[in-house]
Amino acid sequence: MDVVNQLQRQFIDYSASLHREGFLDDQFTQLQKLQDDNSPDFVVEVASLFFEDCEKLINNMARALEQQQGVDFKQVDASVHQLKGSSSSIGAMRVKDVCIAFRSFCEAQNREGCLRCLQQVTHEYSLLKNKLQTLFRLQQQILAAGGSIPVVE
Amino acid sequence: MVLAESGFSSPRNDAFPAGLRVLVVDDDPTWLKILEKMLKKCSYEVTTCCLAREALNLLRERKDGYDIVISDVNMPDMDGFKLLEHVGLEMDLPVIMMSVDGETSRVMKGVQHGACDYLLKPIRMKELRNIWQHVFRKKIHEVRDIESLEGFESIQMTRSGYDLFDDGHFLSGDDTTSGRKRKDADNKHDDRELSDPSSTKKARVVWTVDLHQKFVKAVNQIGFDKVGPKKILDLMNVPWLTRENVASHLQKYRLYLSRLQKESDIKNSFIGMKHSDLPSKDSTASFGPHKAMNMIPDDVPNSTYSFSASNSQAQNVDLKGQGDLKGITSAPMAEPKGALSVDIRDSHEAKSTQMSFDHSLGSVDSAVSFASFNSTTPLQYPWTEIPEIQFKQECESLHLENGFSQLPLPGPSMIENEANRSRIEVKPLLDDCRSNFVEHLGPVGAEDLFPIQSKSQSLNNQVFDLISATKSSMKTQDVGLNYLADSEFALRNLNASGVGVPLATVSEDLQICWLQGDCYPMNYGLQDLECSTYDNPALMAETPFHLYDVLRFDHEHLFDPAEYYAIDQGLFA
Repeated sequence: MDVVNQLQRQFIDYSASLHREGFLDDQFTQLQKLQDDNSPDFVVEVASLFFEDCEKLINNMARALEQQQGVDFKQVDASVHQLKGSSSSIGAMRVKDVCIAFRSFCEAQNREGCLRCLQQVTHEYSLLKNKLQTLFRLQQQILAAGGSIPVVE
Repeated sequence: MVLAESGFSSPRNDAFPAGLRVLVVDDDPTWLKILEKMLKKCSYEVTTCCLAREALNLLRERKDGYDIVISDVNMPDMDGFKLLEHVGLEMDLPVIMMSVDGETSRVMKGVQHGACDYLLKPIRMKELRNIWQHVFRKKIHEVRDIESLEGFESIQMTRSGYDLFDDGHFLSGDDTTSGRKRKDADNKHDDRELSDPSSTKKARVVWTVDLHQKFVKAVNQIGFDKVGPKKILDLMNVPWLTRENVASHLQKYRLYLSRLQKESDIKNSFIGMKHSDLPSKDSTASFGPHKAMNMIPDDVPNSTYSFSASNSQAQNVDLKGQGDLKGITSAPMAEPKGALSVDIRDSHEAKSTQMSFDHSLGSVDSAVSFASFNSTTPLQYPWTEIPEIQFKQECESLHLENGFSQLPLPGPSMIENEANRSRIEVKPLLDDCRSNFVEHLGPVGAEDLFPIQSKSQSLNNQVFDLISATKSSMKTQDVGLNYLADSEFALRNLNASGVGVPLATVSEDLQICWLQGDCYPMNYGLQDLECSTYDNPALMAETPFHLYDVLRFDHEHLFDPAEYYAIDQGLFA
């Protein structure tokens, strides 16, 4: 039981730090609340969907921005908009914030600005992915040790 | 995708709002999953969909299968507002829009298109818990629309229903009594499914092409200003239709028309803007209209969209040409109020630069080619091929190329055959088209919607070849009429898909042109009407009224001109 407690405390602390550092916001907590016996892996599943979608969208943006003959900023903007929507689904606050800046550059048709944002978004996404994977691993460890996942408010 | 049960109207056994049947449409898989979970937690019955046309399919297949639709605004295959329009007009269901974008203009647009609510993402549980209010509200309002004593009695029933509300039996109670009463009063229930008395759902009227034709015809006969549900109902002579059905449809029709008018104003300024962009760019579809617009001379009141009861305008148009499209085209034209009219006029000018096609079609060709240029998506389907095309289409992804490759093969011969058939034979096809119309409008359309700008030429050529073939094979008036009817369905199909406004508008004009080409005079005492499309009476000397209605139906339902125009512009920004 001590192991479980330790793990649970770790989990709570880690969760709190993610919230504090702006990686996740309240939406993530909402997702955790939605998880129940009917869908015990709900949060992990949602996160996976998000990662998939994210990668696809980032690739789209990269491809669109690479076009030498002329960047289709509308297309880039559409992808950014989608990413913004997607990020809001799991509470990926930092990703969402980059998207907001990204959209302004798209509107201004500023290729340099867009490329910078693309870099940023990719970076934020990778960071978040790592952190969530760490969090989920902790969850697994708790469950494996017979404990339950504490809900962090 | 989670499917609700397979029966038709599924009575809710639980107390309302539990068991509310929700259709969620969102291209974002993450949100789709989350919303599904959230709605289930509200004890709602959820069906999810990631494509708009798939959603329309579902809605059409199970006409009374859903209570409410929640849809995202930004979707790849169809604009959320478009879907909203379709659902509102065809199924009369409440639609909630969602978006991560909360800009006032967007929200306003949603409301204008008839959304009963606009939710901002991230969406919270409490917002979803309350969506049942929109279903409830609609029910009440529909009851209130009834003008007669019957309506009054229904309201009485509703009031007593209110008392029952706390028990959670409200809906059942009201529907039971009013539903039964309606059933007693009505003789037949052709097109709508009968809800059994214990069902909590009022049977929805599906406004098929046929029905809408009658509706518009009645409206025209009465005169748009003097129209009222009772008068319309009497004229329509559809036994099973109720005044409340007509009333709510009339309401939507009015909203739609007024929105078109506003957009035509927007479009006018837009047209002015676009003037400078023209011809040097490649001949993608969207440039067609712009180019055409440039060529518009300045004084004919060309008001496809000019809504505002322009009697003078209508008269002007009448004076200009008694049904001779060419004549009209060559006459000096006023600044068009909407792209639609512009398109017609300009098609002639634009003709030479656009496509090579069979010129035997004459004015029709111009319109057709123009249509192709106007659309942000290429015309993909031969006009009469609706049933085939629909069945051939994949519902999964956008396989425009695939769809296309299927087109030419059965096309020409089929069209020829159809055209050559006797009137009687063709009729069943029409009926099929009609019955299929509602169902297949979605898939055909949805795949159309991707703006594939660079593709059109060969595809369009194919289409036009088909059209040419068809036209040339049309011998008799009867056949022609049938063909036109078929074409209308096809066009409608195209339009329904939400193909860019220009296409829709052009298609309408196209039909007009075709009619012209076929020497079908259109007789339309439309001066009174405030419908934009009615303002081209000159173009249609005397079309069989119902055909024209079909055009209107098409027009009304199928697209949002300003929107697509904007998209058009945006693509070339």
